[in-house]
Amino acid sequence: MTRRVVITGVGAVTPLGVGARTLHDRWTAGECAIEDGLARCTEFDPTDHLSIKEARRSDRYTQLAIAACGEALSDAGWEGGQPHDPARVGCVIGTGIGGINTLESQHDVLRDRGPGAVSPLAVPVMMSNAAAGVLAMRHGLLGPCFGTVSACAAGAHAIGAAVRLVQSGDADAVVTGGSESAMTPLAMAAFAGMGATSPTGTCRPFDARRDGFVMGEGAGVLVLEEEEAARRRGARVLGRVLGFGATADAYHLTAPEPGGGGSARAITRALEDAGAESAEVAYVNAHGTSTPLNDRSETDALKSALGEHAAHVPVSSTKSAIGHLLGAAGAVEAIATLLALRDRVAPPTLGYEQPDEGLDLDYVPGAARPLNGGRVGISNSFGFGGHNAVLCLEAAA
Amino acid sequence: MSTTATREEIEDRVVSALVTFGVEPSEINRDAAFEQLDVDSLDLVELAQIVEDEYGVQLKGEDVQNLRTVGDALDLIAARLP
Repeated sequence: MTRRVVITGVGAVTPLGVGARTLHDRWTAGECAIEDGLARCTEFDPTDHLSIKEARRSDRYTQLAIAACGEALSDAGWEGGQPHDPARVGCVIGTGIGGINTLESQHDVLRDRGPGAVSPLAVPVMMSNAAAGVLAMRHGLLGPCFGTVSACAAGAHAIGAAVRLVQSGDADAVVTGGSESAMTPLAMAAFAGMGATSPTGTCRPFDARRDGFVMGEGAGVLVLEEEEAARRRGARVLGRVLGFGATADAYHLTAPEPGGGGSARAITRALEDAGAESAEVAYVNAHGTSTPLNDRSETDALKSALGEHAAHVPVSSTKSAIGHLLGAAGAVEAIATLLALRDRVAPPTLGYEQPDEGLDLDYVPGAARPLNGGRVGISNSFGFGGHNAVLCLEAAA
Repeated sequence: MSTTATREEIEDRVVSALVTFGVEPSEINRDAAFEQLDVDSLDLVELAQIVEDEYGVQLKGEDVQNLRTVGDALDLIAARLP
């Protein structure tokens, strides 16, 4: 019998504030956290969540994950310790870049003071699997534990991998999500150098004037449990991960495949995995980066995967409110999708005003609007390297 | 780099380093074991870097791995002062 995967807890730290609900409520109200071309988690104070020892042994990306995870576990009712055999609880956390704050500061130490001064903590703090390891250690999760690395699809890949761990029977529950904090001089210069970030510091996905993404930081963590195991412990179920689809463009290091073929195959695969028809899709949380290339190919992909129904589905981009969280985006946006489905509301694509030729879907301009129709939501994530990862979700009735 | 550090100066410096590692100041005394203070080998390597940087005291990997208490560390550093 198929093991089904339910979501029992969510947590997020985003530029809109600390808390998954905070993200949903503020975005739905039309608040935008982008300031001076960046979206920082200004309301996040590490000392609220970490001891001195934990703080100095974690890069900011791990600190964000610790806070999001704390909220998710408490939301799932796990405060008093997790309710499953710890050996059957996994931890999968994605990141695009990992501990680049540490990498850069330790490189300064190397250059200025020589190799003998480089911190013994540098490797364990900067490695891209640090967040997964730290969360497992902090909460005693003894099952499969690793990071996923697929640029801006990493958060969605983490959730997809977690779903498979539960379905396969390798785990009864998995703490999963994504985390990122890469607002360093090197990372910002590098993204700007390749023309990925917006030179005007604006994020207006799908708008004719879009000119690149705005960098954000944050983390999103979900508690996934096998449905029967969750039921046995009397868990409150928020929703389900119905399906996951992952493909590669195998086309270009950074540019999406024209026509969105790889993305379309991932969407189709996620729907197949969910056993859902495109007509059941009530909401699409777009990757919607505000780059000229992504928003066009994603629009093409949605048309190709959903067919005629694409014209009737609200499609909005969380990035319009919090910028691009890179490896955390897929996880934070999965949470945003779930809460949108729970409240039956499509939050708006902020800043969208001028239609572009060929970009003619319903991008939910202006203000949030009630959802109509089916029960299924889609969350798209696409990463440099040609990675496409799509989650198909539903909210509990 | 000072070559005239007193034992008191070294003690103050070691205590302040341990506090930045996350140890409660009230728990630090000569007899306190690093294990009890939750100070591990990575912290001790950092401590070795600090004393080398500031007092010119060279502590090798095996030196710090064998340190059990705060007093052990203070004695070793004092004995190695150039």
